[in-house]
Amino acid sequence: MIPEAVPDGRPTDDALSRVHREEHSRLLATLVRRFGDLDLAEDAAQEAMESALRTWPAQGVPRSPLAWLTTVATRSALDRVRRDATSARRLAELRVREGVRAAVPADEAALSAGDLPDERLAMLMGCCHPAIAPADRIALMLRFVGSLNTEEVAQSLLLPVPTLQARITRVKKRITTHRISLTVPTDPVERARRLPLVLTSISLIFTEGYAATSGDTSIRRELTAEAIRLARLTHRLLPVPAEPQGLLALLLLTEARSPARDDAAGIPVPLEEQDRSRWDTELIAEGLALTQLAAARADAGRFTIQAAIAAVHAESSRFEDTDWAQIVALYDLLLARGDDPVVRMNRAIAVGRAQTPAEGLALLEQLGEEPRLRRHHPFHVALALFHEELGRMEEAVAAWHRALDLVGSTAERRFIERRLARHGE
Amino acid sequence: MKYVLLLMGNLADERCGETEEVPGPEEFIAFDAELQEAGVLAGGFALTDPEEGTSLSKASREAEPVITAGPYAESREFVGGTIVIEVDSLDDALAWAAKCPGAIGGRIEIRPLLEM
Repeated sequence: MIPEAVPDGRPTDDALSRVHREEHSRLLATLVRRFGDLDLAEDAAQEAMESALRTWPAQGVPRSPLAWLTTVATRSALDRVRRDATSARRLAELRVREGVRAAVPADEAALSAGDLPDERLAMLMGCCHPAIAPADRIALMLRFVGSLNTEEVAQSLLLPVPTLQARITRVKKRITTHRISLTVPTDPVERARRLPLVLTSISLIFTEGYAATSGDTSIRRELTAEAIRLARLTHRLLPVPAEPQGLLALLLLTEARSPARDDAAGIPVPLEEQDRSRWDTELIAEGLALTQLAAARADAGRFTIQAAIAAVHAESSRFEDTDWAQIVALYDLLLARGDDPVVRMNRAIAVGRAQTPAEGLALLEQLGEEPRLRRHHPFHVALALFHEELGRMEEAVAAWHRALDLVGSTAERRFIERRLARHGE
Repeated sequence: MKYVLLLMGNLADERCGETEEVPGPEEFIAFDAELQEAGVLAGGFALTDPEEGTSLSKASREAEPVITAGPYAESREFVGGTIVIEVDSLDDALAWAAKCPGAIGGRIEIRPLLEM
């Protein structure tokens, strides 16, 4: 897999961009592990990349680019620690003296990438430390474990670049002053508590991209690919627990529907009207296989259950064939793990399909006082759809109007306006 | 690294919390002993009730100090005491804070000591 040294230099650009995309986060994670300092790790990684750019064209791409970069970056970091006297660097020096240095092999360039431990689990868990605010966890994760550069991360989160940079700087400072450990918690209880935070952050990154309707949508959609990449990585690093596998399955099955979820004008197409022949069969096959494995595990949790719900949809070739009773049962399992008004809403919709629209509507109306749902436009869309099915057009129009007042994105606004137009509104 | 555990109480809780089971002084003494035993205790103090306090503030550098009895009227939270511990990382500080009786029904704020 790893290209042999090629002296003519032509594959260097390719090799470098490939290394940057695939290995940069690994390089960073290794450096953070060794020096415990994000700034130092970034500077040293940057210097190693520049050094590669200078030497690879002449000397050829090393057998293991990652091992080569790790050696060069580690040397550069050690030099910086010796030169620099700021407190953060002193901290790093302390760690170096504590014996990290002894653990650095003399010449990693002789090793292959397979010999280097993948330290990214520590970064994933460190970025999701509970002492870091949820929005900051996502920014850190994208910046340090993802493959997007700062400009891309900023664009995808709809933030100006300086705002994102200021946020990252503030979090890095917090990590240093509070000495937040960027490590896998050694306490198994703490480790078990941390994993859901990692998985939730990844799922939020996915949603951020999947729900992208404003800004440059093509860039924001990169977030779904990025979230899937992070979920794959988490599952690879933690193959035993069910939930990383369940999350990966959920994201794949959701992503599989993306070719059918918008019409030519970019207006969302509801599940019942989607052309299922456009769903990505490859993603579905992988998602279904993963769901099956995850669901068979004793520790299957909410991501696995959500994957199982997505799997029921993926398995029915027509909307009419959906096994709604199964979906209701899965929502009950989800509710047994913790009450959530949005889950209760989705369960009510499924009951409306499994039994009658009147039963679904009755359940939805019972939820009408939930503050979170009153502000949630899909709740009013669901009410409108059931009212329509039951021929209660006046109520349907009122619900569509409430949904219209709450909706944020232009595309969804147009979807609601189109539905209202059917009522002559 | 030194962290201060600020043991925060709430005025509202204190008034209506009489019937609830709150940790007694002996639990705090036992926790202190545990910190001592582990070699992480680096200081701290307990405080009298917030009503016993006196506040002083100056609107600007030159302004006359304004002195009022009791805590700042609008703040409901008060510091009941502090414990200073010396540990390696925030995770260790959090682990100790989780064992502190002051967390029960209250709040512990963990703040790194500013190194001058």
